[in-house]
Amino acid sequence: MTTFTPSSPTETLSTIQWAAAEETPLEILGHGSKRGIGRPLQTEHTLDLSKLAGITLYEPAELVLSAKAGTPLAEIEQLLAENGQQFAFEPMDHGPLLGGEPGRGTIGGVLASNLSGPRRLKAGAARDHILGVAAVSGRGEAFNSGGRVVKNVTGYDLSKLMANSWGTLAVLTDVTFKVLPAAETEVTLAIRGLLDEAAVAAMALALGSSAEVSSAAHLPERIAARVAGGKHGSDAATLLRVEGFGPSVVYRIEALKQLLGKAGPLEEIAGEASKTIWRDIRDCRPFADGGARAVWRVSMAPSEAHHMVMALRMQAAVDAFYDWQGGLVWLSMREDDPEADLLRGLIRKHGGGHATLVRASPPHRAALPVFEPQPPHLAALSARLKAEFDPKNILNPGRMAPGAGSATLARSTEGAAS
Amino acid sequence: MSGLAMPKPDAETLRRRAEIVADMRIIVPGEGVVDAANEMRAFESDGLTAYRQLPLVVVLPETVAQVSRVLKYCNERNIRVVPRGSGTSLSGGALPLEDAVLLVMSRFNRILAIDYPNRIVVAQPGVTNLGITTAVEQEGFYYAPDPSSQIACSIGGNVAENSGGVHCLKYGLTANNVLGIEMVLMNGEVVRLGGSHLDQEGYDLLGVMTGSEGLLGVVTEVTVRILKKPETARALLIGFPTSEEGGQCVADIIGAGIIPGGMEMMDRPAIHAAEDFVHAGYPLDVEALLIVELDGPSVEVDHLIGLVEAIAYRNGSTTCRISQSEQERLSFWAGRKAAFPAVGRISPDYYCMDGTIPRKELPRVLAGMRELSEKYGLGVANVFHAGDGNLHPLILYDANVPGELDKAESFGADILRLCVEVGGVLTGEHGVGVEKRDLMPEMFNQIDLDQQMRVKCAFDPNHLLNPGKVFPQLRRCAELGRMHVHRGQVAFPDIPRF
Repeated sequence: MTTFTPSSPTETLSTIQWAAAEETPLEILGHGSKRGIGRPLQTEHTLDLSKLAGITLYEPAELVLSAKAGTPLAEIEQLLAENGQQFAFEPMDHGPLLGGEPGRGTIGGVLASNLSGPRRLKAGAARDHILGVAAVSGRGEAFNSGGRVVKNVTGYDLSKLMANSWGTLAVLTDVTFKVLPAAETEVTLAIRGLLDEAAVAAMALALGSSAEVSSAAHLPERIAARVAGGKHGSDAATLLRVEGFGPSVVYRIEALKQLLGKAGPLEEIAGEASKTIWRDIRDCRPFADGGARAVWRVSMAPSEAHHMVMALRMQAAVDAFYDWQGGLVWLSMREDDPEADLLRGLIRKHGGGHATLVRASPPHRAALPVFEPQPPHLAALSARLKAEFDPKNILNPGRMAPGAGSATLARSTEGAAS
Repeated sequence: MSGLAMPKPDAETLRRRAEIVADMRIIVPGEGVVDAANEMRAFESDGLTAYRQLPLVVVLPETVAQVSRVLKYCNERNIRVVPRGSGTSLSGGALPLEDAVLLVMSRFNRILAIDYPNRIVVAQPGVTNLGITTAVEQEGFYYAPDPSSQIACSIGGNVAENSGGVHCLKYGLTANNVLGIEMVLMNGEVVRLGGSHLDQEGYDLLGVMTGSEGLLGVVTEVTVRILKKPETARALLIGFPTSEEGGQCVADIIGAGIIPGGMEMMDRPAIHAAEDFVHAGYPLDVEALLIVELDGPSVEVDHLIGLVEAIAYRNGSTTCRISQSEQERLSFWAGRKAAFPAVGRISPDYYCMDGTIPRKELPRVLAGMRELSEKYGLGVANVFHAGDGNLHPLILYDANVPGELDKAESFGADILRLCVEVGGVLTGEHGVGVEKRDLMPEMFNQIDLDQQMRVKCAFDPNHLLNPGKVFPQLRRCAELGRMHVHRGQVAFPDIPRF
């Protein structure tokens, strides 16, 4: 067991060239904050990128920031905050849910797992803000894609291809992101006491108005008590976040009150209290109970997800809450069985989407597809792509899908001999 | 670039043309196959009209099954295919090849679903960009990306090119507004990426497809996000004695935390051409003219107008007008929107470039352009998406003067080299196509290009879909697949191991 800890892109390149020559797989690691997600790896060696760190470019007026892949996200977010800016996609912190420390995670990991948060609805995910990358493929080739400007259609967008690739295609060495001004003010309007169906209707109404709601979540009864230390009580809370300049926020909150006045009792939550609620929703605090029972993250059409949850409840004991206007469902299984087939079957029946087993015991992660299985043509296309970038299957082998890359061994061997 | 090298036509395909046309008529019955030269003439070029070529045959399928069968047929017989939407590409992305089937998607022109609660529209790829907004505007919604060709350009083409528009600083490009697509691979397989939910599972192939210029697959259905129209919009028209001051004003607006709905800049030649043409009331004694549009609730817009006005004065603006009515706002835009035809009036021909630069480099790039303008003896006018650094230099030339097109193209290439040199890119929104293909090595080395071509190999290993575009030289996938490893090499000794 060897851990390689390169501190430069050149050392990273040499490590991967060595591993490719030896055909020996590597586990690719930043801080390891998301190590518990995906099929467990059985690699002899580890490539630890936490020493490949440092912010290399930050130009607030140009809305751009570059950093080495192992740079702590927390360090970058602090620098941005000092300049009144932020990553608008609000990357989730997996620490609380997976039983790790909060505030860990690297900027490379943010892209590799395509993180986002409650503002995903309006501002997108990491994939929508990445401008350029430098990376090393499983072939041991260092390449660049994209650039440092927002508008760029020069060549294929390999930067986006790195999003949600979980270190299976290439090892990121540098990333460049778009950054945006942080909102001056935020206020959350809470409607209390709604059942799921009424909550979803209220959120759709709000998002379909010109109030520019940036986040919409629904915490059913009792779940509501698990955010912000329980200070908002346990009644169901349907939450609408409005951000921007002071006068505009006041006006838009008023417009939402007019629109939703009849839906239920309304509360306004401002400033830090509002920020705390959305941070807790972002980090899935309601299910951060220190346990290891299965927690699913499900993405569906907002109007359909609660129907799926209702059907699931008929057959399994689950807790659920909703983000993204109802389209993102966090599910916590009360029994030991993650019920993967049941859940995925119901998702297909209710208009489709995908489910990721974000938290589960290692045996379940080894036995069940953690990421949504793909239809045959798409799975084959993904496997071909993996084989093009990592023909020896040395980068996080099997983390996303069992055996990915194995089908290409014959061809790669032939290539190496020629 | 006038001596543009395209892939050598396949003699066997040309020889079998009649048989291929007949087979196409079986797959796409009725009026869907066009093979007479005079009828194919309408398809011989796209928006980059300097290049023309009749295709082997034009096929206009109506169903996904037909698209799939055409592609499978061509794949099995090694026949090239060029997909085409509305043909408005400014980079030659839909330029036909002599030995290729031109697959025209214009009959895929229906909107399949409008879903207001989920704020999505599902459209066939031949629906125009503006057609989506038209379909939902009675409910107060719109589709945000608005390329200037939006009346004509198709949503499928927008996906292929990752189209932008004047509002993309605030609302994003096509890639940020598309939730899902259905596409057909060159082998005929139909694949769906994403859908009415957020984030595609697995690799972000949707992100890769967007902006892939028709080389990876043929889009047969698109799901887009629609947005509620902002309550109101107002604009400021601000003049500066120098481009430096205009550029600093843009930086300060963003520095103040304001992301305007649109922020456009024009230089003196563009201002004069536009004013002479549409009489928008532009000041003629300034070097840089900035249009800043703010949208949202009127209380927000009024608040921000005050902030932007103050920033403009701090940066030495000599004129600053604020629109007091919708009519006045539109008049501010009239000159900018007419900039291209306005330049067309003062010059027999113009050649539109599309580099993006870090905004702070604008003065340097404008100065460099003035030098190049003198060197080549050709005029240049500039319009600039100032918020995101996307520059559209319009090079003035006369195609009837022998050698001037070549000179304009060399001038354009030098401008793009300058953009790359200051940290920018070759194309912000028009695409590489054939136009900037041979400039790709200015921005990417061979290893960078190889990775991009490997994506191509995963989708279309025989290089049959839209060849001759984007890549200066397509390398065979078998060659790209080889691994060059040096066995027995000792890994560098100074890596810390534990």
